[in-house]
Formats: sequence, C-alpha cells, structure tokens
Amino acid sequence: MNWPLLSVITFLPLVGVAAILLARGDDEAAARYARWAALWATTGTFLISLLILPNFNAQTAGFQLVENHAWLGLANYRMGIDGISMPFVLLTTFLMPICIGASWFVKIRVREYMIAFLALETLMIGVFCALDLVLFYVFFEAGLIPMFLIIGVWGGARRVYASFKFFLYTLLGSVLMLIAIIAMYWQAGTTDIAVLLTRADGFPAAMQTWLWLAFFASFAVKMPMWPVHTWLPDAHVEAPTAGSVVLAAILLKMGGYGFLRFSLPMFPDASLYFQPLIYTLSIVAIIYTSLVALVQEDMKKLIAYSSVAHMGFVTMGIFSFTRQGIDGAIFQMISHGFVSGALFLCVGVAYDRMHTREIAAYGGLVNRMPLYAFVFLLFTMANIGLPGTSGFVGEFMTLLGAFKNNTWVAFFATSGMILSAVYALPLYRKVALGALVKDSLKHLPDITPRELATLAPLAALAIFFGFYPSPILNLFGVPVEGLLKTLHIAAANAGDILSIAMR
Amino acid sequence: MVQAILFLPLIGAVIAGLFGTKAFKQLGTDDEVYADHAHNAPSVEHSHDQHGYNGPPWPMYLTTGLLCIGAVLSWIIFFGFLQGGHDGEIELLPWITSGSLKAAWSIRLDALTAVMLVVVNTVSALVHVYSLGYMSHDESQPRFFAYLSLFTFAMLALVTANNLIQMFFGWEGVGLASYLLIGFWYTRESANAAAIKAFVVNRVGDFGFALGIFGVFMVYGSVEFPVIFAHAPDAVGKTIHFLGHDWDTLTTLCLLLFMGAMGKSAQFLLHTWLPDAMEGPTPVSALIHAATMVTAGVFLVARLSPLFELAPHAREVVTIVGAITAFFAATVGLVQNDIKRVIAYSTCSQLGYMFVAMGVGAYGVGIFHLFTHAFFKALLFLGAGSVIHAMSGEQDMRKMGGLGPYVRITQAVMLIGTFSLTGVGIPGIGGFAGFHSKDAIIEASYAGGSTFAFALLVIAALCTSFYSWRLAFMTFSGPTRADKEVLDHAHESPPVMLVPLYVLAAGAIIAGFAFQHWFMGEGQAEFWGAAIYRSPDNHILTQMESVPLLVKWSATIAMLAGLGLAWLFYIRDTSLPKALAAVNQPAYQFLLNKWYFDELYDFIFVRPAKWIGRVFWKGGDGAVIDGLGPDGVSAAISGVTAQAVKLQTGYVYHYAFAMLIGVAAIISWFSFGGIHP
Repeated sequence: MNWPLLSVITFLPLVGVAAILLARGDDEAAARYARWAALWATTGTFLISLLILPNFNAQTAGFQLVENHAWLGLANYRMGIDGISMPFVLLTTFLMPICIGASWFVKIRVREYMIAFLALETLMIGVFCALDLVLFYVFFEAGLIPMFLIIGVWGGARRVYASFKFFLYTLLGSVLMLIAIIAMYWQAGTTDIAVLLTRADGFPAAMQTWLWLAFFASFAVKMPMWPVHTWLPDAHVEAPTAGSVVLAAILLKMGGYGFLRFSLPMFPDASLYFQPLIYTLSIVAIIYTSLVALVQEDMKKLIAYSSVAHMGFVTMGIFSFTRQGIDGAIFQMISHGFVSGALFLCVGVAYDRMHTREIAAYGGLVNRMPLYAFVFLLFTMANIGLPGTSGFVGEFMTLLGAFKNNTWVAFFATSGMILSAVYALPLYRKVALGALVKDSLKHLPDITPRELATLAPLAALAIFFGFYPSPILNLFGVPVEGLLKTLHIAAANAGDILSIAMR
Repeated sequence: MVQAILFLPLIGAVIAGLFGTKAFKQLGTDDEVYADHAHNAPSVEHSHDQHGYNGPPWPMYLTTGLLCIGAVLSWIIFFGFLQGGHDGEIELLPWITSGSLKAAWSIRLDALTAVMLVVVNTVSALVHVYSLGYMSHDESQPRFFAYLSLFTFAMLALVTANNLIQMFFGWEGVGLASYLLIGFWYTRESANAAAIKAFVVNRVGDFGFALGIFGVFMVYGSVEFPVIFAHAPDAVGKTIHFLGHDWDTLTTLCLLLFMGAMGKSAQFLLHTWLPDAMEGPTPVSALIHAATMVTAGVFLVARLSPLFELAPHAREVVTIVGAITAFFAATVGLVQNDIKRVIAYSTCSQLGYMFVAMGVGAYGVGIFHLFTHAFFKALLFLGAGSVIHAMSGEQDMRKMGGLGPYVRITQAVMLIGTFSLTGVGIPGIGGFAGFHSKDAIIEASYAGGSTFAFALLVIAALCTSFYSWRLAFMTFSGPTRADKEVLDHAHESPPVMLVPLYVLAAGAIIAGFAFQHWFMGEGQAEFWGAAIYRSPDNHILTQMESVPLLVKWSATIAMLAGLGLAWLFYIRDTSLPKALAAVNQPAYQFLLNKWYFDELYDFIFVRPAKWIGRVFWKGGDGAVIDGLGPDGVSAAISGVTAQAVKLQTGYVYHYAFAMLIGVAAIISWFSFGGIHP
C-alpha cells in the first residue's frame, strides 16, 4: 500500500461535503442532488474501506497501514489500525450509506442534513484510526458537533433539551479527558499512542489512578454506563431515525473502544484496581435499565434503555480481563451496531407512517405489514440474544469470561438474559401482534423497497455472524492477547493480591 | 446422510418461509408513505381473504416432503444402531472460537442421537402430513409449515450437538419455534400472552443452563462433549467456588444444567407455561408440547449422564422434582375441562416419570418412556385435534359427550392412546407401549430406593388412569351435551389426517415390546454403547427385576382402580363429580386453579418487576440522577428551561460555533506547546 488508505477513507466523506456545498439553491433539485451526493460519497467510502481487508494481516500485533506526518509541533498526524479498531472502521463505513438511505425523505434543510452526516462520518472514522492522543481527542470531541446539530435541528419536539443534555454530559466527561491527555504528555513526553502502548515503564501507579478516572469520566458517558446514561434515552427519542442509528451503532462504541485502547493497556494497574467498580456499574446497568425498559411507553426509549443494558455486558466483558470476555465485548459492540441500528430503523419505519413513537398507538401491524413484522421480529430476537443471531455470541462470551473471573457478577448479569425477553417481547407484541383494530393503522403500506434495502443488509449480517462469527473474532485475537499480557504483568507486579481477590 | 436429515427441514423452512408466505408479496411504496395524502389513500385491499388460503400449495408439500425424507433416513440410521452401528462425530463449521473456547457446528451420532432422530422426525413428518388437513382452511398455512420445519431443524440441532453451546442453540431455537407457534394465531391476545409466557419461563430455566455451561467451561476448560466426558471423573470430590461458597463441583454443575431441563420440560415450579401453550394449533401441541421439545430436558440429562452419574446428590434432586411433577400435574389433570389441557397436564406428569428414571440412574428406561410417550401422546393430541376439528373448534369437554358414533375412527385410535398411556398390560407378559416403559420406571423408582418417588408415581398412575378415562368418557360416551348445530356438522376427519393417526396408533401398540430388548432389555448395553454412561456400581436394571410382586403389579392395580373410578363417576352416576366437588370445594378450587401458581408468580414476580421498573425510571433516572445531575444543575444556574424554549434552531448554530472555538483553542494550545516545549 503506497497511498494513505486510512486518510482517504477518513476524508472521502468531506469530498461529498464539498460537492454539496458547491451546488447552490434551496429547491427540490438541490435537495435531490445533496441526497445522491451523500449516498455516493458514503458508498464510495465503504467500497474503498473494503480495501483494508486484503491489506490487513490479522496475525501480526501492532498497528498497520500506519501514516505519520508532522502536524502540530509535537502532536503528529498519526493514523493506523489494529485488529481492535479495524472492525469499527468497517462498521462505520458500512452503516453510513444505510443511514443516508434511511434519511431519503428528510424534508427540511436537506443539504445541511447531509453535510452533517458526512462530516460526522469523517470524524467517527478518525476516532478509530487516530494514533495520536491529540488527534484522537480532536476527532472524539468534534464528533459532538454534528451529532448535536442533528438532534437539535432535525429532532423531535424536545430536541433542544435533549441536545443540550447530550452535549453537557459528553463535554463534561471529555474535559477531564483533555486534562488527562495533557498530563500524559507532560509525563511521557509524547502523544504517540503506539509509543505509549509499548513503553516499558508505564505511568506511575498513583498517576494511573487519576488518569484512569479522567478517561473513565469520558468513556462512561459515551458508553453510556449507569448512572450517567440518562442523556441517551432523551437523545435517542428526539434524534431523527438515522441519528439514532449512528448514535447507537457507532458513537456508543467509542466508549468501549476507548477502554480497550487507553484504559486497559496504558493504565493496567488502575484498571485492575477499578474492576469492582466497573463490575458493579455493569450489573446495575444490566438489571436496572432492563427493568426501566420494561415500563417504557415510547418505542425508542425502550430500545435506548435496552442499549444501556447491552453496553453493560460490554463493560463487564472488557473488565473481566479474560480472552473470552474481551473478545465477546468487542463482538458484542459490533453486533449491537447491526442490531440496535436496525431496531431504530424499524421504529423509523413505523414513525414515518404514523408520526408517533407511542407504543399504545400501534397494535396488529402484522396484519397489514407482514414483512415489517418479520424483520422487526428478527431483530427483536437478535436483541434478546437468541443463539443463531450475532446478539448471542457476544453476550454469551462476555458472561463466560465474567464467570471465570467472578461468579456473582456472572450470576447477576445472566439474569439480564431473562429480563431482555421480558421487555423486548411485550414491545413486539404490543406493536406488531394482535388484531388490527385501530382505524389509523388500517391503511399502512408495508415496508418499501428502499426501507428493505436499508434493513436487509443488517439482517443478513446479524444472522451470518450469528452462525459464523469467526471472520470478526479472528481479527482481534492477537491484539487482545497482547492486552491480556500487559494486564497479567500488572497483576503479577501487584503481588497477586488482586487476582486472589478477583475469584 | 445425517447431514441431510439435519438440513432438509431448514431448507424447507427458509424456502417456504421467505417465498411461500405473503412476506414479500405486498411491499409498500415510498409514495404511499410520504405523500401528504398517504393516510387517506384508498390503498388496494391486498386480497385480504379471511376465509381460507388461496395461494399455491407447494410450500406445504415441499416442507412435508422434505420431512418425510428425513424421517425415512432417520429410521435407516436407527435400524443401523439396532444392529450395532458405530458412533461418529462430524465437524461442519467452526462457530465460536476464542482462546481456549472452541465450539463448532458439529454432529454427534450415537444411539441416543439415533433414538431422538427417529422420535423427532417421525412425529414431525406425521404432524406435517396431518396439518395438511387440519390447517387446510387457514389463510397462513405456508407460515405454519415454515415454523414447523424451523422447529424440526432446531430440535435436530439440539439432539445432534457435540458441545454444550450448540445444544444451547438448539435449546433456544426450539424455544423460538415454540414461541412462534403458540402465538401462531396472533390476533388472539391469549395466544400472544401464552407465547411470551412460554419464552420467558424457558429463559428462566436457560438462565441456569447458561450458568451451568459457564461452570463446565471453567472446570473442564472445554464445552465439547468428548473432552468433558473424558475428564468428568477429574472433578469428583472437588469443590467449585460459586456465589461466595465452596460447593461440590459436579453437584453444582448438574443442578445448574438441570434447571434448564426443568424449564424446557415444564417441571414443577417452571411448568406454568405448558398448559397455556395449548393456545397454539393442536398439531403444534402434539409435536412440540408433547412428543419432542418438552422431552429435551430428559435428553439433556441422558446426554450428560457421564456428569450426572457422578453427582448422586444432583440426581436425588432430579428424582424428587420428577416425582413431585408427576404427582402434581396428574392431580391438576383430574379436574380440567379443556380437552387439550388435560393432555397437557398429562404430558407434564409423564415428563416427571422420565426424570425419576433419570434420577435413579435408569437412563435407558427414561429414554424408552420418552420414545413410547412420543407415539401415544402425539396420538392423543392429534386425536383430540380430530375431535376439535369435528366439533368446529370446541375444546370444552362439558360441551361434548356421545361423540363416538360420529367419529368412530378417532374414537378407536384415542382409545388405543388411552390404553397405552394408562399402561394396559399384564406384568410379566406384555401390553401396550406405555405399559412397558411406564411400569418399568415405577419399578426402577422402587429399586432405586426412593420410596417417596415410588409412592407418588403410583398415585400419579391412578390419577393418570382416572383423567384419561374421564376424557374418553366425557368426549365419546353417554348422552351428548353438544349444541345440535355443532353436532350436525360433526364429521370424521379426512384421510390425510387419519393416516398419521393410524401410524401413531400402531406405534402406541407395538413400540413397547418391539424395542424393549434394546432400550432396557438384554441388548441394552450393546445398543447404548458409549452414548449412556453408567458407573460400575449402578445396578438399577438388575435390581428392577427382583422387586416384589406387589411392586410389579402396583401400576396395573392403580390403572384398574383409576378406570373403575372414572367409570363410576362418568358412566354409572354422572352426578357424582358435581357432588364431590361441592363437598370438597376448597380442594376442587385448588386443583382447578392449578395450585394457584399463576396467581402466586404474578404476585411475587410480575407485579414487583413492573413496580420496581417504574420506581427506577421515575425515581432513579428522573428524580435522582437527572434531578441532581443535568436538570438540577441547569435549574440551579438560571432556570435554563425557560431559555431553552427560546432556543430555536438558529441559536443552536451559536453553540456549535462555540464548540468549534473550543476545538480551535485546543489545537492552538498544542501548536504553541510545539513552539515552546
């Protein structure tokens, strides 16, 4: 590879932005042009991102496709991926054309809408490719802006409240992260992530604790972990469909990715130390938010709460410090990208017809919309982790990993398996099943070919990876092993006290 | 060949489900959705014919044909094992691989698998054929057949699994199919509720099953059967640290796994879903909720006999739970009035028998009862379906009676099923299929030293006989209580429904003495081979032969007593049941309301969960987290809510701009940092 593949993928969406900006006008023609430009840009990005596959070697540790250019003095422009970040890059590029397709009939400010999404794509890919703390921070933070706008401008009735809540939470978290980054630069003298990861003498233990907490503040909000999750239901409810998809499928993954990229390898002592905290918050998230999901009256809120519960499995898996737990957590994040994204698309399909997300407004949709009912059922089942769907693999592996480490944790978290059925199946029943009695529903058309085109790829992948997850699992085996090695060294240095306490 | 058996149903399900149903036949258009007049659009009524099916018949024939092929192939494999076939393991595809965790899609073929293949595919093929007639008026037949085939695939994946995770796949897969089929008539609210209940209660069992799998992986470092079985004795006498205590490893693992079995096989405490599952179409009840899926728990214990055999305390629990279930369900069956519910409780009770056999270490006997039970219970269900079909959908036995002359053949096969279930036969000589297997279990419970289980099983046998004959008498004999209109339409079922009944009736008669030799007779050791493990000091099969004569006759006596009582109550003096119920009103209500389990669970689980959810949502998220967090902060600063209202879209740009400035500031800070390090 003698051309900067990652930079091309990252910034190609901006070419789409430029193309949209070049065309003037506010009429329907301009809107149509913006749509097609966005679709071409995202599709092109996805196709080019597929070139990563032949150029990537999953058997080698360390970063690949690395680019390194002087940028801001000490902070270089460094890009590169390893097995942990690579699937997230592809997940992002894969989902964006779907998001554009799902937004085809946005009515107001179409050009700005498409620009916001394209800019968001660049920033999200950047987060996963950045190999420099400052560059990472810039991408990580700047991603807030388009998302903030997407919720605030194209959102529902309470969009302003929701967007500010989203903004407040995430910004507060990341301010602390910024301070930590500066401190790391002072201590280590570099912001090169690859160097920070491989330094023989890591950060001093006392400092690790503070750095870990600062990063935790940011990642816990992004994840989101209980109790800093309350921005998510509001943000989801108000965001337009595609905004919810991006939020659930990609933005939430930045928290988990951050834990794996920074917290665990750079602050291993602190990670071991804080394991009980994460375990507790994860279990609370799984049980608490599942119960809250049970009583929701708004479809999107219910699915948003279920996302929080699923992310609880991810944090638990990551901090189980076992191969299965971490593998499962990464897989769960990818799978959740398909499944929760698709569930929000399903809600969007209903919303576009009825202009309400209230569960009580529906009932018996299967009579008029059999294909919709089928697709919705498929993703509901994937959401509750039915074996044979991708939702099962990750959830099961995180639990398996946690059990090896702490049976109490696994015991409580496994109860989430029951609870997910308890909240997800009644939702499906109330929306799709039953007799079609409400007059307002009697003339609804079934899924359209365009909607099918957005849902079918997700359905295909959710099932394919449910039966054959190896293509994904094989990607990050080597880096996860490396991560575990770091943690085991740290545990050994800590005098094995912790590993005994972990039983 | 076994690959074909496994995948034929899946192929049928996918093709029939995707292309045979109306799923892709009425796609909408974006115009309909987004045009302003969309909701007034007099969109074309998509041939919404509520009265029957007018699509092509190929989806039904396709799925049925594939299943029949599978059934024939299964019998070929089974007969191969009768003549001493050899075990095999076939790996198809890697599935979950992570570090030391390896679970592949694979097929484990041994005698136990072969028995299950025969049971599953035979009943499934017959139910497919039967449904051609039974469902012929239903408008969504292709969907029904797709579900049936999907179920069969999941069940086959379960019984052919060579590791615990694939077994879990099949386990939950049959749960999905059960959910779909119970809720098949989705316009009925009661069916939808029953479907969810079945899924959730099964998930409670699966909670234990999953923990058991985790535990097995932790102890043995593998989830693959060959590895686990080979190293099973390593864990004897060891302890496992689980939930703060050190427990005996094998007892803990087996009990956790057994919890899954309790859910799937509707054992006491996790049984509440099975009677409600009768909301599904009757062929479904025959296939899933009688012959195959509900026996998965029994299969699980048999498959894991190398573990259970080493965990005597766990097996004691299995025995006790099985005995209580057998007794409890039989008592409830005494007073039910819905013809399908009586048979459902009977199933629940018979599953209890099978678990008792497992618990005392007579695995072959338990599987034998599973095998014979599949025939006569499927027969009873399909026969009941034939009655319901004749009665235009009526299921209440209080509105039947005197139907014999209208449905002679159905009556005859139902009587065969009743003979088999109640265990008609002469000890020492032979009898109907159920006689061989059920009486053997009662003997085994005695020989196994569990007087408790023995007593409960004999009482249950009496109840079984009573409710079975009660069902037969209330349905076919005496003066009719049916509406004249219904009776005028009463007719015998078409041949396509009767042929499966003949086949099952033949099985209900001969399956006992024909196969006893291999399942629990002299040929058993050779037949089972390595499929079932019995420790050297497990002599249950020889002990069974030396039980006292009274024990040998106990089941038969109980059967005759039950028959006599039923005759007394429902033929001789039909006022007796009412009088008895009036005298013992509390007891009657207790039984009629199924020991009040539904009410109890509603009170201790369902309502508190919702209440807690509401408290967490409004109190936890709303008042505490948001109140002290963002809302509280903003309110404290300046009553931001009032301002937020004013913040229309234009203002949002200001904030975005402010953020951009922030990012710019960060970049500049670092730029300067670069100049002056």
